[in-house]
Amino acid sequence: MGQTLAEKIIARAAGREHVRPGEIVTCSVDLAMMHDSGGPRRIKPVLEKLGAKVWDADKVVVITDHFVPAVDVQSAEILNLTREWVVAQGIENFYDMQGICHVVLPERGHLLPGMFVVGGDSHSPTGGAFGCFMFGVGATDMAGIVATGETWIKVPETISIDWSGKMPRGTCAKDIMLKLCASLGMDGGDYQVIQYSGNVISSFDMAERMTLCNMAAELGAQTGIVAADNTTLDFIENTIGARPEAQNWHGDADASYRKTLRFDAGALIPQVAAPHSPANAAGVDEQASAKITQAYIGACTGAKLNDLQMAAEVLAGRQIARDIRLLIAPASVRELAQATKDGTLGILLAAGATLLPSGCGACAGYGAGVLGEGDVCIASTARNFQGRMGSKSARVYLGSPYTVAASAIAGEICDPRPFLDGGVL
Amino acid sequence: MNDQTGRAWVFGDNVDTDQLAPGIYIKRPIAELARHCLEGLAPDFASSVSPGDCVVAGKNFGAGSSREQAAEALRHLGVKAIIAQSFGGIFYRNAINFGLLPLICADASSIGNGDILRIDASSGEVFNLTREQNYQAEAIPAHLLQIINAGGLLPYLETRLGVKTKND
Ligand code: SF4
Repeated sequence: MGQTLAEKIIARAAGREHVRPGEIVTCSVDLAMMHDSGGPRRIKPVLEKLGAKVWDADKVVVITDHFVPAVDVQSAEILNLTREWVVAQGIENFYDMQGICHVVLPERGHLLPGMFVVGGDSHSPTGGAFGCFMFGVGATDMAGIVATGETWIKVPETISIDWSGKMPRGTCAKDIMLKLCASLGMDGGDYQVIQYSGNVISSFDMAERMTLCNMAAELGAQTGIVAADNTTLDFIENTIGARPEAQNWHGDADASYRKTLRFDAGALIPQVAAPHSPANAAGVDEQASAKITQAYIGACTGAKLNDLQMAAEVLAGRQIARDIRLLIAPASVRELAQATKDGTLGILLAAGATLLPSGCGACAGYGAGVLGEGDVCIASTARNFQGRMGSKSARVYLGSPYTVAASAIAGEICDPRPFLDGGVL
Repeated sequence: MNDQTGRAWVFGDNVDTDQLAPGIYIKRPIAELARHCLEGLAPDFASSVSPGDCVVAGKNFGAGSSREQAAEALRHLGVKAIIAQSFGGIFYRNAINFGLLPLICADASSIGNGDILRIDASSGEVFNLTREQNYQAEAIPAHLLQIINAGGLLPYLETRLGVKTKND
């Protein structure tokens, strides 16, 4: 019996030829990523108690993104503790205020196909876009991992999700994920692996694949994964200046999957999730005309360069509604530099957008742009749980960058398709 | 912790981490948070549960967020084992990390509230002394039992790393 991609990676990390779903094995960790919120401030006291140091400073990446830039003394102190700790531990892979961890990690060339990676954040599945097995753990798990370099795992089954056909204009990976949240529910992933395939996935660039894997978290999966292909290897080569060895990190032809679900991309329309769950997604027409007070393009899910470009396509030559604000927090400093260079940023600002720092920002209610009582926001983020972005009485809808931009122009939730390709509005 | 006896507290499917560790108390110390553990489903649970008791549930116990306090609250109240038809994945990890024994058992629904259970952790056998029935849960591998028996991942590592240093 063959193995799925995830099983092969786990077997390799466990020093085994084969693993089968349900088995519990101990794996060597190739890389551990943590951020300022769940990282050093939680890990440091535990390591001190254990009298341990990080097992291998070269295999630890620390990124500040949750509390940046500091908005109060407490945030400033957490950031300073983080900075001091990485120096004390000799960790050189430290990215301070360079963007959101899930985007910065691959941008700086840390992810290669076949790696077994843990992240101290629930959206760690994002790394699966690079053909790695990357999943999120809590602070205690992470402390154990950095002390020993290993962790146990119950080998998950793989659910294969295939999207084939032609993506209609005005739809993107975010719409696919919202559609899946509605169809499968937030526990549809059952802590298994979701492997994405099909001609739509092959045609997606790395940023879109990252969106798919990122929101595997919203499906309750342990992680998402896309097998590496030339798109993956080209991206990595451009980043680190060398093409990774073309190892065979693919599932075997006779691997067994828990189930295979097939979707027709041609039937997809822009999706919007109503408050307070991504699973409340439906076609944009069902939510259209809901008044908004804020539009937010941000987060690891929805503010990468291509997300900003999607928004710019809609906003080019237009103005946002007078009675709303459009906030944009690019996912990383590098993506922002690119958007500045290629004119995307100029279009967004000319339309009336406010530029915010690169970081988690308002996504989890940490930074600038949080919502007040009665606010109604449409966001390109991954989660719209009650109270997450600020006030408990605020209502958050989720949509693609196209849909968020169109809604910002209309002042209400709005289908982006008429705005594209010279549509009149 | 082989062979322990305790009373069963029975719950249904999809008991989530918000029911185990309600979000509004999440920043409070664990002793206070634990007083609200499962209060929405069984208001007397936190005040009446005794050390060594077991929680019994249906499918997807511990669904939802990655918050470790969901497991920590149960441990704080003295719960030793959870017998369920299935578990939320992150909760299952957190349960072991906090020294709880999470047993996957297809027959969990045969257990009644208040039944007295004896559990053999190493074999995964559950003896229902009240109903005179036996159930077989999936056994936990020995190295994970070591973590559970140590009281969780951190106490386990303390011993393991401590031993390592001595041997170095
Ligand atoms: S941007 Fe939001 S979803 Fe992404 S890591 Fe930050 S808080 Fe989490």
